[in-house]
This record gives sequence, structure tokens and C-alpha cells, in this order.
Amino acid sequence: MSAVVVDNPEQGISARKAIAPSRGKRPWTFYVLASLFTAYVLALYGPMFCIYILSFQDIRGGLVFPMKGRSLHWFIDLFTQVRTGDVKGSFDRSIKLAVIVTIITVVISFLAGLGFRRRFKGDSIVFYMMIGSLVAPGLVLGLGTGLLFQALGLNPAWYSSALGAQLSWTLPFGVLVMFAVMSRFNNAWDEAARDLGASRWQAIRLVMIPVLAPGLVAVALFGFTLSYDEFARTLQTAGSLNTLPLEIWSMTLNVTSPSLYALGTVTTIVSFVVIGVSLGSIVLIQKKRGAQKIKG
Amino acid sequence: MMPSSSSTSRSSLTGWLYVSPLVGVLVPFFLAPILVVLAASFFGSDGFGGLTPGFTLANYVEVLHSALTLKLYLATIKFTVLTWIFTLLIGFFVAYFLVFHVRNQLLAIGLFLLCTVPFWTSNIIRMISWIPLLGKEGLINAALISTGVIRQPLEVLLFSDLAVVIAYVHQLTIFMIVPIFNAMARIDKRLIEAAIDAGASRFDILRLIVVPMAKSGIALGSIFVVSIVMGDFFVVKVMSGGGSASVVSAFYEDVGVLQYPTAAASAVLLTLVLVAIVSLILRSVDIRREITR
Repeated sequence: MSAVVVDNPEQGISARKAIAPSRGKRPWTFYVLASLFTAYVLALYGPMFCIYILSFQDIRGGLVFPMKGRSLHWFIDLFTQVRTGDVKGSFDRSIKLAVIVTIITVVISFLAGLGFRRRFKGDSIVFYMMIGSLVAPGLVLGLGTGLLFQALGLNPAWYSSALGAQLSWTLPFGVLVMFAVMSRFNNAWDEAARDLGASRWQAIRLVMIPVLAPGLVAVALFGFTLSYDEFARTLQTAGSLNTLPLEIWSMTLNVTSPSLYALGTVTTIVSFVVIGVSLGSIVLIQKKRGAQKIKG
Repeated sequence: MMPSSSSTSRSSLTGWLYVSPLVGVLVPFFLAPILVVLAASFFGSDGFGGLTPGFTLANYVEVLHSALTLKLYLATIKFTVLTWIFTLLIGFFVAYFLVFHVRNQLLAIGLFLLCTVPFWTSNIIRMISWIPLLGKEGLINAALISTGVIRQPLEVLLFSDLAVVIAYVHQLTIFMIVPIFNAMARIDKRLIEAAIDAGASRFDILRLIVVPMAKSGIALGSIFVVSIVMGDFFVVKVMSGGGSASVVSAFYEDVGVLQYPTAAASAVLLTLVLVAIVSLILRSVDIRREITR
């Protein structure tokens, strides 16, 4: 963020006319764009809230408004009925897989971020391989991974082939976030630590990781949520046991009751908790730092 | 300071050491699968889902000769172009609003986060959440009927091409907002003030300063949007109600009936088209410099 604050009184006239003046009358474009923004946010969240509300209907409930009664019927239905599939098992698997993916993504992205600080011979090959992994159609990659396992005589499973397939999706995001984070890290801090006698590992552990902590939390957020919701790459690689998005997918094709919405509500709550914890801890780290700065 | 050749090769080695875990994942789970699909596209089929190793161009001939292929590509391109236009327009002006019209920077970041939160939730759930709105008995039809605009519910709202584009724009606008926001936030505000002092109109500033300087963000966002729409199949499958198909959704059907070789050939063609488009976009922007800047 490189906002330049103009608070020189002599520049007051131009500042008042500037595109985002800090005072004075707002231009008409402000109202047009503010309406556009509001409409966008409403369209972004509105539909989601519709299904959360509809998931709390009672047994007479359907897929559309009006609301028929209020109960937790469809949530109980979701976890007890065989008809809706193995929701609990796939939920467990998805969480476990997401945790494993998160840990691996944070470690590998951090190391890759350190590696990409300086140009080295052949770094572009790695970089463009990563971009390729990001833009390649997920279903095609998943099929290739599935066929590869078949050819090697291995059984695809959520903890092997699906884990790898998901990493091919989370790692490019993780490394791109690390690029953004690293661009704000001053290499002189690392060098100063080394000059003062810190070993390479000590410099990483005592200087880099604390400084980069908020960025690493962001990488973890990407790793967890992208894995937890990943679908296209997992479809052909998960083997016989489903992850949660695969379960949701089969439900969208078979189930026409609000239990589909109930599952949507449950999985979104999990996502919101993860997002809240991540953003909260980033804010907390920054606040603690601010407090230390004042004390020091 | 000129690094000697030995220190260059040593720093190369350190660099490779740091990225080796990344390479260790990308080779078996990106490079190898792509090569497997490429190989499978030249194999024969025994008709029961088995692949017979060999070299034949029959799969490509079959894909290229089928009238369906052209139809699928036209449909895919239609969805891609429509989604790209809408996500670009909305994404650009949302980012523009946040950077140039919101005075409080903390508020701008808060509103920006508000836009990004749904990105971290399930795409499938966000897609099906349009059903209660767009359905035949959905909110939009109900509202239109009760206000007397229409008598019969509109059938084209759900399970149509319109619904597919709505779902794409809903999911992907964020991929435009984030890079464009980042690019715009780096524009020095003094530059714009100088332009105003020199007599530039608001439109001139947009045309001559903001758009050129946000180009890298637009390019990055376009890569995301184009590659995701072209590689998608579940939005097309669910939101069109089976009425439309794209290249990848046809691929999915092929895989479902174990037609691996033709599916692989079609996947290779799609990947080539995608690579061509992405490299065309990359020619206009040094993506790596933009990201690390």
C-alpha cells in the first residue's frame, strides 16, 4: 500500500479538486460507483444468505421461498440419513486433508519464497511451471494424476493422489502470496542477523519467521480454504472415499431437499471460522507489534 | 560488484535447494500428469476403458472432425468472453471506487476484505445459492409477478446460459478486483493531482493514467478469469441444467464413459488454446516483475 498523504496546506486547493479529496464535496462519480459497489456486495452475499435462511426450515421445506416453518430438521437429516451419503466421514476427511495441505503449503511456499528472493539459473522454469499448474484445467490434471497412479499400480486415495493434486493448486497461490510478502521484507535485516553471528537457521527462526508471521498466516488461510473447497482436481484422484466438496457435488445432482442447503450452511460456517481466526490473528500480531514499538 | 562464476553457481545451488520441495511436488503432480494425458491422447482404446499403448492420430482426427467440437469451442468462447467483459467492468470500477473514492484508507481495506471473504468459501455452494433466487418460483420471478411486470414466470433465469454467466461473474469478479486494486493502489496520487492542475478532466485521468497503470492488474485478472472459465465444467453442467456444454464438461462426460483417448486428445487441444491465450496476455506484462515489485 503506497498511499501518499498530502497534508501540506499550500496544496489544499489541488487536494480539494483531487480525485479522492479528504474534504469538500464529493464528485457525482462517487455516488454512481458507491451504488455499483453496494449492488456488487449485495449480489455477492445475498444469494448465500438466502440458502442459510432456507436451511432452517422444517420438514415441509422446499428449495425456494417462502420459508416453511423453523427447525433444525435438515441439519439432523444431513448427519443421520444414509440417503444423503456419508457426510460425516467426508467432513472428517476434508478437515484432515486441509490441515495436512496447509502445513505442507506453508513450509514449501516459505522455502520457495526464500529461494526466489534472488534470481538464480533456471528460476524462470520453476516460475512458469508454477503458473502452468495454476492455470491448467483442474479436471484434466486430476485425470492425468489418476491415470499416472493407475499406470504405476498405485491406488488413488485422498491422502496420496488427492493430496498431491490439491498441492498443485494451493502451492502456486501460496508462493504468489509469499512473493507479495517477501517484496516488503528488507534483506538487510537478514544480513544484519548473519553479520551478528546468527547461523542461517537462527536468522530464519529468529528474524524472518517473526517478521513474516502475518504473511505466513495468509498463506495458511489460502492453503486451508483452497484445499477444503477443492473439487475439480480431487474428483478423479480421491479414490473410493469422498471429500466434502465431492459429497456436495453428488448431492447437487441427486438431493432436492433443503439438506443440501444445510450442508452449505455448515461448510460455510467452517470457512468463516477459519477466515475469522486467520484475519484475527493477523490483526493481533500487528497490534502487538504496534504496542512494542510504542514501548520501545 | 561483479560476482565471480563460482559464487554465481553457488547461489544458483542455494536457490534450487530452497525451491526443490516445490519442484518435488510440481513434477509428479503437474508435469507428469500433463505428459500422461499427452501420451494417452496418442494411444488406442480397447473400448472398455483400457488404453492400448501405441501411436495413433485417430483420436485427434476424431475430435477435429466432429461437428460437436466446433460447437463446444464456440460455447466455451461465448461464456469466456461474456464472463471476461462483466468481471472486468465490475472489477475495474469496484477497485477504482475503493482506491480513489473511499477517503479513509482503513475503511477501503475493510471494504476490500468484504469483497474477498466469499473467495475463501465453497464455490459449489455459492453456485447453488442462486437457485432460490433465479428458480421458476424464485424470488426474482415472484417479485416481477407481484409488481405486475410479467404474468408468467420467466423460464430463462435458471438452467440457462444466462444463469451460467451469472454464476461465473459471481465467482470470478474477485479475481479481477484483487490484482486491479493492487495495481491502482500503487499509483502515486500526486501524479493525478498534477494532471488535475494541468487541466485534465476526470475522464482523461481515467483514460491516460489509471487504465495504463492498472494494465498489469487487468492482465493478471484476465489470466485467472479466462483459465478458470475455460477449465470449468461444473458451473456449466449444473447452471445450464444440461442444456449447454463446454469443452471440459464434454471431457467430463467422455471420462465418465471411459473414452480416455478422445478425452485426452480434446484436453490437449484445450490446453494448447489456453497456453496460446495466456502467453498472448503475458506478452503485454512481465508478470513476475509485477508480482515481486
